[in-house]
Amino acid sequence: MWWLSIWNGTEQVPGLRQIASTLYELSTNGVLLRHTVASLFRVTAGFYLAVALAVPLGLFLGRHARINRLVNPFVQFLRPISPLAWVPFAMLWFGIGDRPAFFIIFIAAFFPLLISSTTASASIHPIYFQVAANLHLTKWERIHRLVLPAGMPGIILALRVSLGISWMVVVAAEMIAVKSGLGYLIIDGRNALRLDFVIVAMLTIGIIGLLLDLCMTRLEKMEAVRWRLEHK
Amino acid sequence: MNTSKIKVDQVTVEYTKSNGSKWLSFGNHRKRKDGECRVVLHDINLRIEAGEFVSILGHSGCGKSTLLKIIAGFFKPAAGEVRIDGRKVDGPRPDHVFVFQEGALFPWLTIGENVAMALRSVADSKERLQQSREYLALVALEGVENDYPHMLSGGMRQRAEIARAMAARPDILFMDEPFSGLDHLTRLHLREEMLYLHIMLPRTTILFVTHDIDEALQLSNRLIILSEPPARVKCCRTIDVPHPRNPASDDLGELRAQIYHHLGVHTAL
Ligand SMILES: Nc1ncnc2c1ncn2[C@@H]1O[C@H](COP(=O)(O)OP(=O)(O)O)[C@@H](O)[C@H]1O
Ligand SMILES: [Mg+2]
Repeated sequence: MWWLSIWNGTEQVPGLRQIASTLYELSTNGVLLRHTVASLFRVTAGFYLAVALAVPLGLFLGRHARINRLVNPFVQFLRPISPLAWVPFAMLWFGIGDRPAFFIIFIAAFFPLLISSTTASASIHPIYFQVAANLHLTKWERIHRLVLPAGMPGIILALRVSLGISWMVVVAAEMIAVKSGLGYLIIDGRNALRLDFVIVAMLTIGIIGLLLDLCMTRLEKMEAVRWRLEHK
Repeated sequence: MNTSKIKVDQVTVEYTKSNGSKWLSFGNHRKRKDGECRVVLHDINLRIEAGEFVSILGHSGCGKSTLLKIIAGFFKPAAGEVRIDGRKVDGPRPDHVFVFQEGALFPWLTIGENVAMALRSVADSKERLQQSREYLALVALEGVENDYPHMLSGGMRQRAEIARAMAARPDILFMDEPFSGLDHLTRLHLREEMLYLHIMLPRTTILFVTHDIDEALQLSNRLIILSEPPARVKCCRTIDVPHPRNPASDDLGELRAQIYHHLGVHTAL
């Protein structure tokens, strides 16, 4: 019966029963938690770094069309290069350990964030800048009372997308340069011929991804960006 | 010496097409290079005195908004100049307040915060909040200072916009079809409020674009009609009927018929 083989597994693929017991074992002995925290830590660091650089730069480029015309070809040139193609350079520049992983996640999150923030600030309706000129907003007020809040809905959407990408990429990055994290768990499981480890890691990745996305969706419902939904 | 508040001298405005794609900026230096331009205003001359309420009428697309934006300093004319209080206009100013046709409250700020944007010179935040409430009360808006613009009806938004403009203590108030897109009854209410505001602030000069002839007749002490583009001042009439006015009364009826005539309507009413 096919459902029996799902439960008990086959030669190659572990069954549900074994997966459940491995999941139980790895969660209770702290291995799963340790790897998850390691992955989340790398994503957080690389992602924050990307946000801190890409969002201000993107908002700036969106308001300075001429500079953007100069920079954009470079961005479009670098963007389609898969973050994983940077692995050799990441290892060359940063050795092994956390730092090459930070770098790869940074690359993965940076370009989508940069492009979306550029679009977000470039598409602010010019009338708001006329109001700002009329009210004599200072340069600083123009940034934090106009460009930032007006661009926020677009930025948050980009945060959501690029966090998803970062989470996808961290696993791949961890298969290469480090000895911890969910990606490492997968590679380790493969080398040890423990496909149940692999599956448990995959399940965890999926669940964390879902949770991260839920957090980001909550951001989208914040008062400060709700206007976007109602405003044409 | 001429003491007019606003002097518009031989102002000509053209939009130039650059890069062959989009009509971009007001014509100036670029015109020669690309060749193509569209004259919108041609040789406009106006004198407006302090405290006047001037209505500008004209067909849609004839350049009313353009004229207002030129006087407010958002753009520079291709030829001619605008002087306010004897000084050449060189950009928007906080006391020359513009109420935009499209509606321009910041949608990410509450109504109260929007009005407070014009009160940034008030250092104390409590005091600022209090004042913004007072300005909102002035336009019969109470209890909405914590609402976002999208939660309000079109009429309420327009009121809030007027409150923000008033909070900036305008010396000159530019209003570009501020009530278009609102229902008739709301327009009538807002018309009354405009009258009230102007009586309360007699020093404020108001330039008011509208295509509602009754609105213009009831509110303004001068009427300017622009011609088809390229627009010139076609007709300029002073209205000295005291307030409150009834646009259907005999005094105004005659004038009203003339205005319709100028605007090319011969059979109405
Ligand atoms: N950005 C622009 N580029 C090119 N033409 C414009 C632009 N804005 C307005 N125009 C043209 O200038 C004319 C006057 O516009 P506008 O001042 O908005 O008219 P009104 O306010 O009287 O309806 C119109 O013919 C319009 O098509
Ligand atoms: Mg207009």
